[in-house]
Amino acid sequence: MTGPGITLFVVTATFAIIGALITISARRPLRAAMGLLVNIVSLAGMFLTLNAHLLAALQILVYAGAIVVLFVFVIMLLGPSAEVAPAEGRLASRTLSIASTIIVVLAVSSSVAYFNPPWEAVPDGFGTVEGLGMAIYRQALVPFEVISITLLIAIIGAIAVARSRTE
Amino acid sequence: MGIGTYLVLASVLFGFGAAGFLARRNMLIQLMSIELMLNSVNVLLLAFNRVNPSNHDGQVFAFFVIAVAAAEAALGLAILIAYYRIKKTLDTDDATLLKY
Repeated sequence: MTGPGITLFVVTATFAIIGALITISARRPLRAAMGLLVNIVSLAGMFLTLNAHLLAALQILVYAGAIVVLFVFVIMLLGPSAEVAPAEGRLASRTLSIASTIIVVLAVSSSVAYFNPPWEAVPDGFGTVEGLGMAIYRQALVPFEVISITLLIAIIGAIAVARSRTE
Repeated sequence: MGIGTYLVLASVLFGFGAAGFLARRNMLIQLMSIELMLNSVNVLLLAFNRVNPSNHDGQVFAFFVIAVAAAEAALGLAILIAYYRIKKTLDTDDATLLKY
């Protein structure tokens, strides 16, 4: 990997971790959504160091453009009641859950940290619109159609669930 | 610096998402933690695809993960709104309708 790649990786990794920390620690949901936005945009920059240009663009379009905006719309719809009072009690279960997560992450990280195969040269068109598009249409045409039906069903289901009168 | 750095970063981000999902009680923030976890898996898929760049399998998988994450966010927020209509709160400790 070349020098600029390492610089871009370090910068985007720092911002991704900061954004994730803001997301899980923020008291107000709108700040958590902004942390998620920082995390997503910096991960899109990191995808560029992995030669995934189309996926970097899709990450910005779908995650930052659709999902975060959907979260912000719901937060605006709920208003002040989107905020939940800080937890009282349950200290044991929360500490235990965070501690077990840290242990699992340390175990996984220490086992994969030294996996260092040599960087192979990237063939022409790897990760570009043409390369990835041809790969999807040649190898994954049926899953691609299935995912379009899945999204359609998700839209119909979201309308049906959110509209239902329950009182 | 090799691909291992990417794998460590992906597992750390997944850990943040899992810890947020387990420790927070605000349903909105739990949904955002799920998005964090899905994103970290995308980093993993792309890193392994960069190790073996003769095909696009990992990037195709990441593409489908992004599409499923969009469907999941739409449905999760719809369920959240339906839950808020019943309970007038987003606290998941109060989600006891199916418990008793």
